[in-house]
Amino acid sequence: METYYNPEDLKKFSTISEGAPHLWKKFSEWYGAVFAEGALTEREKALIALAVAHAVQCPYCIDAYTQACLEKGSNKDQMTEAVHVAAAIKGGAALVHGVQMKNAADKVGM
Amino acid sequence: MTEAAREAAEARNPFERSLGESNLFPLMSESISVFQMNLGRVCNLSCRHCHVGAGPGRTEAMDASIVDECLRVIKRQRYPTLDITGGAPEMNANYRRLVETASSFGINIKTRTNLTILTKDGYTDLPEFFARNRVEVVASLPYFSSETTDRQRGGGVFASSIEALRALNSVGYGVEGSGLKLFLVYNPCGAFLPPPEKSIEADFRRELKKRHGVSFTGLFTITNMPVGRFLEFLNVSGNFIGYMERLKSSYNPEAAVNVMCRNTISVAWDGSLYDCDFNQMLGLKCGGPPDHIRDFDHERLSVRRIVTGAHCYGCTAGAGSSCAGAVAR
Repeated sequence: METYYNPEDLKKFSTISEGAPHLWKKFSEWYGAVFAEGALTEREKALIALAVAHAVQCPYCIDAYTQACLEKGSNKDQMTEAVHVAAAIKGGAALVHGVQMKNAADKVGM
Repeated sequence: MTEAAREAAEARNPFERSLGESNLFPLMSESISVFQMNLGRVCNLSCRHCHVGAGPGRTEAMDASIVDECLRVIKRQRYPTLDITGGAPEMNANYRRLVETASSFGINIKTRTNLTILTKDGYTDLPEFFARNRVEVVASLPYFSSETTDRQRGGGVFASSIEALRALNSVGYGVEGSGLKLFLVYNPCGAFLPPPEKSIEADFRRELKKRHGVSFTGLFTITNMPVGRFLEFLNVSGNFIGYMERLKSSYNPEAAVNVMCRNTISVAWDGSLYDCDFNQMLGLKCGGPPDHIRDFDHERLSVRRIVTGAHCYGCTAGAGSSCAGAVAR
């Protein structure tokens, strides 16, 4: 069945360089530097990436960073907690906008 | 490159092409410093990842005559390290005699253990036996939690392994200052590469001490090889192509330089000679020199050409993998 998301497409990521190779080169170098060991470990960065992947709901990123987290030494408990962090922020972000709803309702209400 | 050379290169298996790109083709042995003996496929466990396919129902076991041939070679050549593996090598009838005799040669003896066997009737004295013979213990423990360990090795294995580790600690293994070395072996519980060795070792050290009061000398990470039961898992779970691509795309020339087969000879339960335990399970005997312990020829085996295949990517992926863990950064 055809779908918008195909796992095989992840391998074609670099073909996006066609048309703007200089921009792809900059992106690749920057991306590599971002995930290198720094003030945060590679394992911590992979967990952050996994959480963000869930927040932005990118199936390619979820696939890639699940593998990356396992290969950096995280276990499923830790990865599940990272996903909960993403969910909590997403849920909290929705809920905190309820204040705007209240403000708007209060403004038009009597 | 000449046309003939190009055609020859294209005819090689993909791993040989990778070696060629690293100027390592053909892969040759450099010496023999590790004499590895696989005593057979009998084991009290049937782990899901086992490349040997070992288990309680297997009957292949090295007999006394092959053990004697091996001891003659070890005594003559004085190889620095004897590495004993299986199956569960402790279950071989000739195991204790092998260890005691080799110990008298003054060489380093490593024994690989699944730990759980040390808690079974008839084997509980082995920690003292190991200590008496100054044997280095290399113990399989895929993770510091029971859920992951038991999923790979069977129900109750983790609890039994902790019991064995405590017994080893109690005679001094893994205890600083004792001189008795206890190494743990981590392997991934699935189709992914192992994490950096030092990073996961720190996790094991912290968690095993905190949760179970267990200590150890060091930890090796080993990549799961696409051989035996792990290969079956890859095929059944639909992970084979993805895993092989992962191994291949992670080819590390530094790891290729340091692959264990270049300084190891692997003897099977029936006396056949192989470049490594994985080739042994694939039936890929040493090419060129005599391939049986009865005809052992140190000079020729020391400079033999290593038999390779696509499975060899398992030893060269990322930080590499060997019976002594990672081989590169």
